[in-house]
Amino acid sequence: MTAAVKSTGVFWAVVRRDIKLAWSQGGTGTMALSFFLIAVSLFPFGVGPEPQMLARIAAGVIWVVALLACLLSLDRLFQADFEDGSLDDLALSPIGMMGIAAAKTLAHWISTVLPLVVMAPLLAMLMQLPNEGYLFLVVSLLIGTPALSLFGAIGAALTVSVRRGGVLMSLLVLPLYIPTLIFGVGAVDAVILSADPTPHLALLGAVTLVGIVVSPFATAAALRLSLE
Amino acid sequence: MHRFANPAQFNRLADKILPWAIAITVITLVVGLYYALFASPEDYQQGSSVRMMYVHVPAAWMAMFVYGVLAVSGFVALVWKHPLALISGKAAAPIGAVFTLLALITGSLWGKPMWGTYWEWDGRMTSVLVLFFFYLGYMALWQGIEDEDKAGKATSILALVGVVNLPIIKFSVEWWNTLHQPASVMRLDGPTIHTDMLIPLLTLAVAYKAYFVVVFLWRMKLEINERKISALAQAANVKVHHYGG
Repeated sequence: MTAAVKSTGVFWAVVRRDIKLAWSQGGTGTMALSFFLIAVSLFPFGVGPEPQMLARIAAGVIWVVALLACLLSLDRLFQADFEDGSLDDLALSPIGMMGIAAAKTLAHWISTVLPLVVMAPLLAMLMQLPNEGYLFLVVSLLIGTPALSLFGAIGAALTVSVRRGGVLMSLLVLPLYIPTLIFGVGAVDAVILSADPTPHLALLGAVTLVGIVVSPFATAAALRLSLE
Repeated sequence: MHRFANPAQFNRLADKILPWAIAITVITLVVGLYYALFASPEDYQQGSSVRMMYVHVPAAWMAMFVYGVLAVSGFVALVWKHPLALISGKAAAPIGAVFTLLALITGSLWGKPMWGTYWEWDGRMTSVLVLFFFYLGYMALWQGIEDEDKAGKATSILALVGVVNLPIIKFSVEWWNTLHQPASVMRLDGPTIHTDMLIPLLTLAVAYKAYFVVVFLWRMKLEINERKISALAQAANVKVHHYGG
Protein backbone atom coordinates (compact mmCIF):
# COMPACT_ATOMS: atom_id res chain seq x y z
CA MET A 1 0.00 0.00 0.00
CA THR A 2 2.75 2.42 0.93
CA ALA A 3 4.46 1.63 -2.35
CA ALA A 4 1.29 2.50 -4.25
CA VAL A 5 0.88 5.79 -2.41
CA LYS A 6 4.49 6.59 -3.07
CA SER A 7 4.06 5.87 -6.81
CA THR A 8 1.14 8.24 -7.24
CA GLY A 9 3.12 10.80 -5.30
CA VAL A 10 6.03 10.47 -7.71
CA PHE A 11 3.68 10.62 -10.68
CA TRP A 12 2.11 13.90 -9.60
CA ALA A 13 5.47 15.31 -8.58
CA VAL A 14 6.69 14.78 -12.16
CA VAL A 15 3.50 16.33 -13.52
CA ARG A 16 3.88 19.38 -11.29
CA ARG A 17 7.55 19.76 -12.14
CA ASP A 18 6.91 19.69 -15.88
CA ILE A 19 4.03 22.16 -15.69
CA LYS A 20 6.23 24.52 -13.70
CA LEU A 21 9.04 24.16 -16.26
CA ALA A 22 6.66 24.78 -19.17
CA TRP A 23 5.55 28.09 -17.66
CA SER A 24 8.96 29.23 -16.40
CA GLN A 25 11.17 31.46 -18.48
CA GLY A 26 11.89 29.95 -21.89
CA GLY A 27 9.17 27.37 -21.42
CA THR A 28 6.91 26.24 -24.21
CA GLY A 29 3.59 27.29 -22.64
CA THR A 30 3.57 30.95 -23.64
CA MET A 31 5.23 30.27 -26.96
CA ALA A 32 2.59 27.78 -28.09
CA LEU A 33 -0.15 30.15 -27.01
CA SER A 34 1.35 33.11 -28.88
CA PHE A 35 1.88 30.98 -31.96
CA PHE A 36 -1.76 29.89 -31.82
CA LEU A 37 -2.94 33.50 -31.67
CA ILE A 38 -0.66 34.80 -34.41
CA ALA A 39 -1.04 31.88 -36.82
CA VAL A 40 -4.84 31.98 -36.69
CA SER A 41 -4.86 35.72 -37.37
CA LEU A 42 -2.82 35.11 -40.52
CA PHE A 43 -5.73 33.34 -42.20
CA PRO A 44 -7.92 36.43 -42.75
CA PHE A 45 -4.93 37.98 -44.52
CA GLY A 46 -4.59 34.88 -46.66
CA VAL A 47 -8.19 34.22 -47.65
CA GLY A 48 -9.70 37.68 -47.24
CA PRO A 49 -11.82 39.15 -44.43
CA GLU A 50 -15.28 38.22 -45.78
CA PRO A 51 -17.27 36.96 -42.75
CA GLN A 52 -18.94 34.10 -44.68
CA MET A 53 -15.61 32.74 -45.87
CA LEU A 54 -14.07 33.00 -42.39
CA ALA A 55 -17.12 31.41 -40.76
CA ARG A 56 -16.89 28.47 -43.15
CA ILE A 57 -13.22 27.75 -42.38
CA ALA A 58 -13.14 28.88 -38.72
CA ALA A 59 -13.41 25.47 -37.06
CA GLY A 60 -10.91 23.89 -39.44
CA VAL A 61 -8.37 26.69 -39.08
CA ILE A 62 -8.56 26.70 -35.29
CA TRP A 63 -8.18 22.94 -35.11
CA VAL A 64 -5.28 22.85 -37.57
CA VAL A 65 -3.41 25.67 -35.87
CA ALA A 66 -4.01 24.19 -32.40
CA LEU A 67 -2.52 20.98 -33.76
CA LEU A 68 0.52 22.78 -35.12
CA ALA A 69 0.99 24.77 -31.91
CA CYS A 70 0.91 21.49 -30.00
CA LEU A 71 3.42 20.01 -32.42
CA LEU A 72 5.81 22.97 -32.03
CA SER A 73 5.91 22.53 -28.28
CA LEU A 74 6.44 18.78 -28.43
CA ASP A 75 10.04 18.58 -29.58
CA ARG A 76 11.22 19.85 -26.18
CA LEU A 77 9.02 17.36 -24.30
CA PHE A 78 11.85 14.97 -23.48
CA GLN A 79 14.83 16.68 -25.03
CA ALA A 80 15.87 18.97 -22.18
CA ASP A 81 15.71 16.09 -19.69
CA PHE A 82 17.57 13.86 -22.12
CA GLU A 83 20.34 16.39 -22.66
CA ASP A 84 21.01 17.25 -19.03
CA GLY A 85 20.74 13.65 -17.91
CA SER A 86 17.62 13.97 -15.75
CA LEU A 87 15.94 11.39 -17.93
CA ASP A 88 18.42 8.78 -16.68
CA ASP A 89 17.41 9.61 -13.11
CA LEU A 90 13.71 9.65 -13.92
CA ALA A 91 14.07 6.22 -15.53
CA LEU A 92 15.04 4.80 -12.13
CA SER A 93 11.98 6.19 -10.36
CA PRO A 94 9.45 3.79 -8.80
CA ILE A 95 6.84 4.48 -11.51
CA GLY A 96 9.17 3.28 -14.26
CA MET A 97 9.65 4.70 -17.68
CA MET A 98 6.02 4.15 -18.62
CA GLY A 99 4.84 6.18 -15.63
CA ILE A 100 7.30 8.93 -16.47
CA ALA A 101 6.11 8.96 -20.08
CA ALA A 102 2.48 9.19 -18.96
CA ALA A 103 3.20 11.91 -16.39
CA LYS A 104 5.16 14.06 -18.83
CA THR A 105 2.49 13.65 -21.50
CA LEU A 106 -0.22 14.66 -19.05
CA ALA A 107 1.84 17.64 -17.96
CA HIS A 108 2.29 18.67 -21.58
CA TRP A 109 -1.45 18.57 -22.14
CA ILE A 110 -2.26 20.55 -19.01
CA SER A 111 0.49 23.15 -19.40
CA THR A 112 0.56 23.69 -23.14
CA VAL A 113 -2.60 22.36 -24.80
CA LEU A 114 -5.24 23.27 -22.23
CA PRO A 115 -4.43 27.01 -22.52
CA LEU A 116 -5.00 26.69 -26.28
CA VAL A 117 -8.44 25.24 -25.60
CA VAL A 118 -9.22 28.13 -23.24
CA MET A 119 -8.05 30.61 -25.86
CA ALA A 120 -10.02 28.94 -28.68
CA PRO A 121 -13.36 30.80 -28.16
CA LEU A 122 -11.57 34.13 -28.46
CA LEU A 123 -10.04 33.08 -31.75
CA ALA A 124 -13.38 31.66 -32.84
CA MET A 125 -14.78 35.15 -32.38
CA LEU A 126 -12.03 36.63 -34.56
CA MET A 127 -12.80 33.97 -37.16
CA GLN A 128 -16.56 34.70 -37.13
CA LEU A 129 -17.49 31.18 -36.03
CA PRO A 130 -21.31 30.87 -35.94
CA ASN A 131 -22.62 31.10 -32.37
CA GLU A 132 -23.84 27.52 -32.11
CA GLY A 133 -20.32 26.25 -32.86
CA TYR A 134 -18.61 27.68 -29.75
CA LEU A 135 -19.64 25.08 -27.20
CA PHE A 136 -18.76 22.14 -29.39
CA LEU A 137 -15.50 23.70 -30.53
CA VAL A 138 -14.39 23.67 -26.90
CA VAL A 139 -15.90 20.25 -26.20
CA SER A 140 -14.28 18.71 -29.28
CA LEU A 141 -10.93 20.28 -28.38
CA LEU A 142 -11.20 18.97 -24.83
CA ILE A 143 -11.95 15.44 -25.99
CA GLY A 144 -9.60 15.39 -28.97
CA THR A 145 -6.45 17.27 -27.96
CA PRO A 146 -5.22 14.68 -25.43
CA ALA A 147 -4.65 12.46 -28.48
CA LEU A 148 -2.35 15.17 -29.88
CA SER A 149 -0.18 15.09 -26.76
CA LEU A 150 -0.29 11.29 -26.59
CA PHE A 151 0.69 10.55 -30.20
CA GLY A 152 3.05 13.49 -30.19
CA ALA A 153 4.87 12.03 -27.19
CA ILE A 154 5.68 8.92 -29.23
CA GLY A 155 7.22 11.03 -31.97
CA ALA A 156 9.09 13.19 -29.46
CA ALA A 157 10.51 10.11 -27.74
CA LEU A 158 11.57 8.49 -31.02
CA THR A 159 13.47 11.59 -32.10
CA VAL A 160 14.81 12.63 -28.69
CA SER A 161 18.41 11.76 -29.53
CA VAL A 162 18.26 13.29 -33.00
CA ARG A 163 19.85 16.69 -33.26
CA ARG A 164 17.29 19.23 -34.53
CA GLY A 165 14.73 16.43 -34.56
CA GLY A 166 11.75 18.79 -34.69
CA VAL A 167 11.12 18.53 -38.42
CA LEU A 168 11.62 14.79 -38.38
CA MET A 169 9.15 14.54 -35.50
CA SER A 170 6.51 16.47 -37.46
CA LEU A 171 6.94 14.04 -40.30
CA LEU A 172 6.27 11.11 -37.96
CA VAL A 173 3.47 12.66 -35.95
CA LEU A 174 1.35 14.62 -38.43
CA PRO A 175 -0.16 11.56 -40.17
CA LEU A 176 -1.21 10.26 -36.75
CA TYR A 177 -3.14 13.49 -36.14
CA ILE A 178 -5.44 13.08 -39.14
CA PRO A 179 -8.28 11.14 -37.43
CA THR A 180 -8.39 13.59 -34.52
CA LEU A 181 -8.54 16.51 -36.93
CA ILE A 182 -11.28 14.92 -39.03
CA PHE A 183 -13.57 14.12 -36.12
CA GLY A 184 -12.81 17.31 -34.20
CA VAL A 185 -13.72 19.58 -37.11
CA GLY A 186 -16.54 17.19 -38.03
CA ALA A 187 -18.22 17.68 -34.65
CA VAL A 188 -18.19 21.49 -34.95
CA ASP A 189 -19.33 21.44 -38.57
CA ALA A 190 -22.13 19.03 -37.68
CA VAL A 191 -23.50 21.41 -35.04
CA ILE A 192 -23.31 24.38 -37.38
CA LEU A 193 -25.25 22.42 -40.01
CA SER A 194 -27.69 21.46 -37.20
CA ALA A 195 -26.77 17.77 -37.40
CA ASP A 196 -25.94 15.45 -34.52
CA PRO A 197 -22.31 15.89 -33.36
CA THR A 198 -22.28 12.92 -30.96
CA PRO A 199 -20.96 10.30 -33.45
CA HIS A 200 -18.03 12.59 -34.19
CA LEU A 201 -17.39 13.19 -30.50
CA ALA A 202 -17.63 9.46 -29.74
CA LEU A 203 -15.08 8.66 -32.45
CA LEU A 204 -12.90 11.53 -31.29
CA GLY A 205 -13.00 10.03 -27.80
CA ALA A 206 -12.20 6.61 -29.23
CA VAL A 207 -9.06 7.94 -30.93
CA THR A 208 -7.97 9.52 -27.65
CA LEU A 209 -8.57 6.24 -25.83
CA VAL A 210 -6.44 4.39 -28.37
CA GLY A 211 -3.77 6.99 -27.69
CA ILE A 212 -4.00 6.39 -23.94
CA VAL A 213 -3.49 2.66 -24.51
CA VAL A 214 -0.70 2.87 -27.10
CA SER A 215 1.23 5.99 -26.17
CA PRO A 216 2.80 5.37 -22.72
CA PHE A 217 3.92 1.93 -23.87
CA ALA A 218 5.48 3.08 -27.16
CA THR A 219 6.87 6.30 -25.65
CA ALA A 220 8.55 4.40 -22.82
CA ALA A 221 10.03 1.88 -25.26
CA ALA A 222 11.42 4.70 -27.40
CA LEU A 223 12.85 6.54 -24.37
CA ARG A 224 14.52 3.42 -23.02
CA LEU A 225 16.06 2.96 -26.44
CA SER A 226 17.54 6.46 -26.39
CA LEU A 227 19.14 5.80 -22.99
CA GLU A 228 20.80 2.54 -24.05
CA MET B 1 13.89 -18.59 -37.58
CA HIS B 2 17.20 -17.88 -35.91
CA ARG B 3 18.78 -20.30 -38.32
CA PHE B 4 18.89 -17.46 -40.85
CA ALA B 5 20.21 -14.95 -38.35
CA ASN B 6 23.61 -15.92 -39.63
CA PRO B 7 24.26 -13.46 -42.49
CA ALA B 8 26.34 -15.94 -44.47
CA GLN B 9 23.51 -18.45 -44.34
CA PHE B 10 21.05 -15.75 -45.35
CA ASN B 11 23.23 -14.76 -48.28
CA ARG B 12 23.39 -18.36 -49.47
CA LEU B 13 19.60 -18.68 -49.23
CA ALA B 14 19.12 -15.36 -51.03
CA ASP B 15 21.43 -16.48 -53.83
CA LYS B 16 19.33 -19.60 -54.25
CA ILE B 17 16.05 -17.67 -54.41
CA LEU B 18 17.23 -14.75 -56.55
CA PRO B 19 17.53 -16.44 -59.99
CA TRP B 20 14.04 -17.91 -59.62
CA ALA B 21 12.57 -14.62 -58.47
CA ILE B 22 14.21 -12.78 -61.37
CA ALA B 23 12.89 -15.35 -63.86
CA ILE B 24 9.36 -15.10 -62.44
CA THR B 25 9.49 -11.30 -62.51
CA VAL B 26 10.55 -11.16 -66.16
CA ILE B 27 8.11 -13.81 -67.37
CA THR B 28 5.04 -12.56 -65.50
CA LEU B 29 5.83 -8.95 -66.34
CA VAL B 30 6.07 -9.67 -70.08
CA VAL B 31 3.04 -11.97 -70.18
CA GLY B 32 0.99 -9.77 -67.86
CA LEU B 33 1.74 -6.56 -69.74
CA TYR B 34 0.95 -8.22 -73.08
CA TYR B 35 -2.42 -9.39 -71.77
CA ALA B 36 -3.10 -6.11 -70.03
CA LEU B 37 -2.23 -3.84 -72.93
CA PHE B 38 -3.22 -5.92 -75.99
CA ALA B 39 -5.05 -9.16 -75.33
CA SER B 40 -7.60 -8.12 -72.69
CA PRO B 41 -11.00 -6.64 -73.64
CA GLU B 42 -11.89 -3.00 -73.29
CA ASP B 43 -14.29 -2.02 -70.55
CA TYR B 44 -17.79 -1.21 -71.85
CA GLN B 45 -17.79 2.04 -69.88
CA GLN B 46 -14.15 3.01 -69.51
CA GLY B 47 -12.82 1.87 -72.90
CA SER B 48 -9.06 1.45 -73.04
CA SER B 49 -8.37 3.54 -69.96
CA VAL B 50 -9.39 0.51 -67.89
CA ARG B 51 -5.91 -0.82 -68.75
CA MET B 52 -4.57 1.62 -66.19
CA MET B 53 -6.08 -0.71 -63.60
CA TYR B 54 -3.51 -3.42 -64.35
CA VAL B 55 -0.60 -1.28 -63.29
CA HIS B 56 -2.47 0.69 -60.64
CA VAL B 57 -4.24 -1.93 -58.54
CA PRO B 58 -1.22 -4.25 -57.98
CA ALA B 59 0.85 -1.21 -57.00
CA ALA B 60 -1.75 -0.27 -54.39
CA TRP B 61 -1.73 -3.86 -53.10
CA MET B 62 2.04 -3.80 -52.86
CA ALA B 63 1.94 -0.48 -51.02
CA MET B 64 -0.03 -2.18 -48.24
CA PHE B 65 1.84 -5.48 -48.44
CA VAL B 66 5.23 -3.83 -47.99
CA TYR B 67 3.92 -1.92 -44.99
CA GLY B 68 2.98 -5.33 -43.60
CA VAL B 69 6.59 -6.40 -44.17
CA LEU B 70 7.79 -3.37 -42.20
CA ALA B 71 5.41 -4.14 -39.38
CA VAL B 72 6.29 -7.84 -39.19
CA SER B 73 10.02 -7.13 -39.28
CA GLY B 74 9.50 -4.47 -36.63
CA PHE B 75 7.69 -6.96 -34.42
CA VAL B 76 10.30 -9.67 -34.93
CA ALA B 77 13.09 -7.18 -34.34
CA LEU B 78 11.67 -5.97 -31.06
CA VAL B 79 10.40 -9.25 -29.64
CA TRP B 80 13.10 -11.68 -30.70
CA LYS B 81 15.88 -9.14 -31.34
CA HIS B 82 16.46 -10.86 -34.65
CA PRO B 83 19.43 -9.13 -36.32
CA LEU B 84 18.15 -9.52 -39.88
CA ALA B 85 14.71 -8.22 -38.98
CA LEU B 86 16.39 -5.03 -37.81
CA ILE B 87 17.63 -4.32 -41.31
CA SER B 88 14.82 -5.86 -43.38
CA GLY B 89 12.58 -2.87 -42.67
CA LYS B 90 15.28 -0.57 -43.96
CA ALA B 91 15.64 -2.73 -47.06
CA ALA B 92 11.90 -2.87 -47.74
CA ALA B 93 10.79 0.70 -47.01
CA PRO B 94 12.05 2.49 -50.14
CA ILE B 95 10.52 -0.24 -52.32
CA GLY B 96 7.19 0.23 -50.57
CA ALA B 97 7.43 3.99 -50.91
CA VAL B 98 8.03 3.67 -54.65
CA PHE B 99 5.06 1.30 -55.04
CA THR B 100 2.91 3.75 -53.08
CA LEU B 101 4.04 6.62 -55.26
CA LEU B 102 3.37 4.49 -58.34
CA ALA B 103 -0.15 3.78 -57.06
CA LEU B 104 -0.72 7.50 -56.50
CA ILE B 105 0.62 8.54 -59.90
CA THR B 106 -1.19 5.86 -61.90
CA GLY B 107 -4.34 6.49 -59.88
CA SER B 108 -4.17 10.17 -60.65
CA LEU B 109 -3.56 9.50 -64.37
CA TRP B 110 -6.50 7.09 -64.33
CA GLY B 111 -8.62 9.65 -62.53
CA LYS B 112 -8.21 12.25 -65.26
CA PRO B 113 -10.23 10.40 -67.94
CA MET B 114 -12.58 8.81 -65.37
CA TRP B 115 -13.42 11.65 -63.00
CA GLY B 116 -12.16 14.56 -65.07
CA THR B 117 -9.55 15.51 -62.48
CA TYR B 118 -6.07 14.38 -61.53
CA TRP B 119 -6.77 14.51 -57.85
CA GLU B 120 -9.89 13.84 -55.81
CA TRP B 121 -9.82 14.00 -52.03
CA ASP B 122 -11.72 10.77 -51.82
CA GLY B 123 -11.24 8.19 -49.11
CA ARG B 124 -9.01 5.77 -50.89
CA MET B 125 -6.64 8.14 -52.66
CA THR B 126 -6.25 10.12 -49.46
CA SER B 127 -5.44 7.12 -47.33
CA VAL B 128 -2.82 5.97 -49.86
CA LEU B 129 -1.34 9.47 -49.66
CA VAL B 130 -1.17 9.15 -45.87
CA LEU B 131 0.47 5.76 -46.28
CA PHE B 132 3.07 7.47 -48.47
CA PHE B 133 3.67 10.05 -45.69
CA PHE B 134 4.21 7.14 -43.31
CA TYR B 135 6.86 5.66 -45.57
CA LEU B 136 8.59 9.04 -45.78
CA GLY B 137 8.58 9.35 -41.99
CA TYR B 138 9.86 5.81 -41.56
CA MET B 139 12.76 6.38 -43.96
CA ALA B 140 13.54 9.79 -42.46
CA LEU B 141 13.77 8.23 -39.00
CA TRP B 142 16.19 5.61 -40.35
CA GLN B 143 18.36 8.42 -41.69
CA GLY B 144 17.94 10.65 -38.66
CA ILE B 145 19.41 8.27 -36.09
CA GLU B 146 23.06 7.60 -36.60
CA ASP B 147 23.46 4.41 -34.55
CA GLU B 148 22.17 1.64 -36.85
CA ASP B 149 20.88 -0.61 -34.08
CA LYS B 150 19.01 2.22 -32.39
CA ALA B 151 17.62 3.38 -35.72
CA GLY B 152 16.41 -0.15 -36.40
CA LYS B 153 14.64 -0.39 -33.06
CA ALA B 154 13.15 3.12 -33.24
CA THR B 155 11.75 2.48 -36.71
CA SER B 156 10.37 -0.83 -35.46
CA ILE B 157 8.42 1.01 -32.77
CA LEU B 158 7.20 3.49 -35.37
CA ALA B 159 6.11 0.69 -37.71
CA LEU B 160 4.09 -0.94 -34.92
CA VAL B 161 2.46 2.35 -33.91
CA GLY B 162 1.57 2.71 -37.57
CA VAL B 163 -0.09 -0.70 -37.65
CA VAL B 164 -2.46 0.41 -34.91
CA ASN B 165 -3.07 3.78 -36.51
CA LEU B 166 -3.23 3.12 -40.23
CA PRO B 167 -6.58 1.30 -40.05
CA ILE B 168 -7.95 4.13 -37.89
CA ILE B 169 -6.70 6.71 -40.36
CA LYS B 170 -8.06 4.74 -43.30
CA PHE B 171 -11.45 4.40 -41.62
CA SER B 172 -11.64 8.04 -40.64
CA VAL B 173 -10.59 9.27 -44.05
CA GLU B 174 -13.22 7.09 -45.66
CA TRP B 175 -15.82 8.37 -43.25
CA TRP B 176 -14.67 11.85 -44.14
CA ASN B 177 -15.25 11.51 -47.83
CA THR B 178 -16.06 8.70 -50.22
CA LEU B 179 -16.28 8.98 -53.93
CA HIS B 180 -14.15 6.05 -55.06
CA GLN B 181 -15.88 2.95 -56.36
CA PRO B 182 -16.14 0.13 -53.81
CA ALA B 183 -13.59 -2.68 -53.96
CA SER B 184 -14.46 -5.19 -56.62
CA VAL B 185 -11.80 -7.93 -56.40
CA MET B 186 -11.30 -8.55 -52.69
CA ARG B 187 -14.88 -9.39 -51.84
CA LEU B 188 -16.24 -12.23 -49.79
CA ASP B 189 -18.91 -13.10 -52.37
CA GLY B 190 -16.32 -13.56 -55.13
CA PRO B 191 -14.87 -11.14 -57.64
CA THR B 192 -17.22 -9.12 -59.86
CA ILE B 193 -14.51 -8.43 -62.36
CA HIS B 194 -14.50 -10.46 -65.58
CA THR B 195 -12.01 -13.36 -65.84
CA ASP B 196 -10.40 -11.88 -68.97
CA MET B 197 -9.45 -8.88 -66.91
CA LEU B 198 -8.67 -10.82 -63.76
CA ILE B 199 -5.95 -12.92 -65.42
CA PRO B 200 -3.69 -10.00 -66.46
CA LEU B 201 -4.40 -8.29 -63.15
CA LEU B 202 -3.30 -11.28 -61.07
CA THR B 203 -0.35 -11.98 -63.39
CA LEU B 204 0.91 -8.48 -62.86
CA ALA B 205 0.27 -8.77 -59.14
CA VAL B 206 2.61 -11.79 -59.14
CA ALA B 207 5.13 -9.82 -61.22
CA TYR B 208 5.13 -6.93 -58.75
CA LYS B 209 5.56 -9.27 -55.82
CA ALA B 210 8.41 -11.18 -57.45
CA TYR B 211 10.03 -7.86 -58.33
CA PHE B 212 9.76 -6.88 -54.69
CA VAL B 213 11.44 -10.13 -53.63
CA VAL B 214 14.32 -9.51 -56.05
CA VAL B 215 14.99 -5.92 -54.99
CA PHE B 216 14.40 -6.71 -51.33
CA LEU B 217 16.96 -9.52 -51.34
CA TRP B 218 19.44 -7.36 -53.22
CA ARG B 219 19.04 -4.58 -50.69
CA MET B 220 19.33 -7.01 -47.77
CA LYS B 221 22.57 -8.38 -49.19
CA LEU B 222 23.84 -4.87 -49.80
CA GLU B 223 23.04 -3.90 -46.22
CA ILE B 224 24.71 -7.01 -44.78
CA ASN B 225 27.81 -6.47 -46.88
CA GLU B 226 27.95 -2.80 -45.97
CA ARG B 227 27.87 -3.70 -42.30
CA LYS B 228 30.58 -6.26 -42.83
CA ILE B 229 32.71 -3.61 -44.51
CA SER B 230 32.19 -1.04 -41.80
CA ALA B 231 32.93 -3.64 -39.13
CA LEU B 232 36.18 -4.44 -40.91
CA ALA B 233 36.89 -0.75 -41.41
CA GLN B 234 36.27 -0.10 -37.75
CA ALA B 235 38.76 -2.82 -36.93
CA ALA B 236 41.20 -1.13 -39.31
CA ASN B 237 40.14 2.29 -37.99
CA VAL B 238 39.03 3.90 -41.26
CA LYS B 239 35.77 5.68 -41.92
CA VAL B 240 33.50 4.28 -44.64
CA HIS B 241 30.64 6.10 -46.25
CA HIS B 242 27.31 4.28 -46.37
CA TYR B 243 25.48 4.12 -49.67
CA GLY B 244 22.31 2.23 -48.74
CA GLY B 245 19.28 4.53 -48.59
